[in-house]
Amino acid sequence: MATLSRRVRSWPATVTSSLSSLPSAGANLRRVRIAGGAFDPHAELADFANGRESAGGIVSFLGQVRQEPGDAVEALELRHFAPLTLPGMEQLVVRAESHWPLMAVLVVHRVGVMMPGDPIVLVACAAKHRRDAFASADFLMDHLKSSAWFWKREKTGEGWRWIEPRDSDHADLTRWQDVP
Amino acid sequence: MALLLLFLGPLEDVAGAGEIALDVAEPLTLAAIAERLEPELAVALVGAKIRMALNGNLVAPGEVMAGDGDELAFLPPVSGG
Repeated sequence: MATLSRRVRSWPATVTSSLSSLPSAGANLRRVRIAGGAFDPHAELADFANGRESAGGIVSFLGQVRQEPGDAVEALELRHFAPLTLPGMEQLVVRAESHWPLMAVLVVHRVGVMMPGDPIVLVACAAKHRRDAFASADFLMDHLKSSAWFWKREKTGEGWRWIEPRDSDHADLTRWQDVP
Repeated sequence: MALLLLFLGPLEDVAGAGEIALDVAEPLTLAAIAERLEPELAVALVGAKIRMALNGNLVAPGEVMAGDGDELAFLPPVSGG
């Protein structure tokens, strides 16, 4: 007999990891976090930049819940799968650190219910030279969009609807085939 | 104790719940698990794009052997960022 449970599995609201099984970031900074509640991207960036004075550039990307005129989206929810999501994000950052000479990386990704305008994801890469910072931030965002373990649904007047992946998200990944 | 099945993302709507507990006498293959579920859900779970994690570790569909106390998660294509 199958026992139906209506309980929605809720993982810890905020997850950070010990990084114990991953290559050390050495003297560099690596901050990867899943945020169960709102975060302030400006405060995050200010804190990230503090002490990174030897970096010639910091490239950051902020993704937020989009609302266009006439858009019926009332809310957005992101779910994750705790055993895989944060470890996968960390492995992704390790991959970026191995390919570009980065001095520091910051990744904050929201889960839970968000409103239009709310920050969803913040990525920042600090490097001696700007092109490494641009490229690695671009790489991280493409992979967070299309290979990290997150599922998104949106609420309109008709209720909640899961968002299917777009083909273009997967096409974006082919840009990085030369990154081991 | 039971075998706990977790349904992530849109699979939750197909299953009608985020998780289903199955009473199992012995470890089951994916095919045997699917036989215990509603046909619509069973078809959705064996789709080519569904990944699986047994007790938090990704496994190939053919490797699934899950019994009492195990947790088997079904992971559809992701849509993050």
